Amino acid sequence: MNQKTIYFDNAATTRVSPKVFKSMMPFFQNSYGNPSTIYSLGREARQAIEVAREKIANSINADKEEIFFTGSGTESDNWAIKGIAYANRKKGNHIITTNIEHHAILNTCKNLERNGFEVTYVPVEKNGIVNPKDILKEIRKDTVLISVMFANNEIGTLQPIVEIGKITKENGIYFHTDAVQAVGNIKIDVNELNIDLLSLSAHKLNGPKGVGALYIRKGVKIENLIHGGGQENRMRAGTENVASIVGLGKAIELATEDIEGKAKYLTNLREKAIKSILENIPHTIINGDRERRLPGNINVCFEYIEGESILLLLDSLGICASSGSACTSGSLNPSHVLLAIGLPHEIAHGSLRLSFSKENTEEEVDFLLEKLPPIISRLRDMSPLYTQVKK
Amino acid sequence: MEEYSNKVMDHFMNPRNVGIIEDANGIGEVGNPVCGDIMKMYIKVKENVIVDVKFQTFGCGAAVATSSITTELVKGKTLEEALKLTNEKVAEALDGLPPIKMHCSNLASQALKAAIEDYLKNGKEK
Repeated sequence: MNQKTIYFDNAATTRVSPKVFKSMMPFFQNSYGNPSTIYSLGREARQAIEVAREKIANSINADKEEIFFTGSGTESDNWAIKGIAYANRKKGNHIITTNIEHHAILNTCKNLERNGFEVTYVPVEKNGIVNPKDILKEIRKDTVLISVMFANNEIGTLQPIVEIGKITKENGIYFHTDAVQAVGNIKIDVNELNIDLLSLSAHKLNGPKGVGALYIRKGVKIENLIHGGGQENRMRAGTENVASIVGLGKAIELATEDIEGKAKYLTNLREKAIKSILENIPHTIINGDRERRLPGNINVCFEYIEGESILLLLDSLGICASSGSACTSGSLNPSHVLLAIGLPHEIAHGSLRLSFSKENTEEEVDFLLEKLPPIISRLRDMSPLYTQVKK
Repeated sequence: MEEYSNKVMDHFMNPRNVGIIEDANGIGEVGNPVCGDIMKMYIKVKENVIVDVKFQTFGCGAAVATSSITTELVKGKTLEEALKLTNEKVAEALDGLPPIKMHCSNLASQALKAAIEDYLKNGKEK
């Protein structure tokens, strides 16, 4: 297709930035040595990994020794949850999380429940934010871990990490946060926020796919998830994905350079788009808190139509976006996050998520805002539900 | 995600026979909003032949495409011929559907059957 691609799905994944790509290149064909070896070829690779580790540590105010590379954000989440649960079983077997977590957390918790652990899924409020008091209420003597995401991947809502960090510190419970969507968008200081474990992923911040990291505060008692050789200080086995780790380091360095400037730019795009959508398209609902959300996230439901149809029509114009409808989730139910904020099924099916990055321009957003209203009317004209409403 | 055939995309982008027949003598509706698919078929029957058919659909690309091709397949057919249409035949006519769509979104032939039943029960005198 000759048509230009307009990419508004940066919460799904991002383009690898040219600088990141360039930083990775030497480690495929030149410095290809195994980082565990003693000759210079291996030492070059080892050194590059340590530089990347330091960059990640600096970006969240951690120590270098507290950063461990993994194969994905999902692996980091699995390791944090299972690793804490199994290592602290003697102390207790209860975990608290929320009902809007990513499946990497929810399905890991479900797995633990099948293995004798107990998990409490605290519901969020209608604005898509969990109330810290509701978390406090669920704490028991045998609670060993509270895991609450930093920012939601679908509706972009920012969770009360400051308050939860205080609660976990006062109660001597480990605090894990899945910060995959937040790193690079929000300033994070693990010490200020009392975070004990933090998951992040490279491909959400213009880095490569297939690499992530887990921050583990010094002294935290955790079991390994991947067993094998002695890599990552004997904590995560497997020969290091050197090029991708270097890419992650570079990506996080670039992403955290000017968080405030980027947030301002994205918030402007977001607010312009939300305003225009609400003005020009009736029967429309903005999902998630209007203020406390990721700067580049819009999640909206158009009543009486279905999300996949919207995506197909947008795609025909070169616009990439996503939806929480059943068809796009690959199941019979719409997104658990949209149901958790109290939307009825039929409305949740008509959701559209737009996630902007700093590579998006105002012209691209204008193009979307011009094309979206006729797409919505076209589908509504076809919908038997809308005919009833018009009557 | 599994791709739609060119034929599905054609029927989704350019759906045939969308709308309402004001003086329809058979109307059928299947599905429900909870699962995200509703199809409504309107038929005009004269001397046992479907002379006109239109549809409205709330649903995904496959739901729209199956509705659209169903109207094409049965227009001008006798009721007996139209009743022989199955979901499998609808999918075949579209060069196949992704497996996940076979059950949830392929309801058009049921909607048509419901419209024919409605006609046989109530519509004959209209």
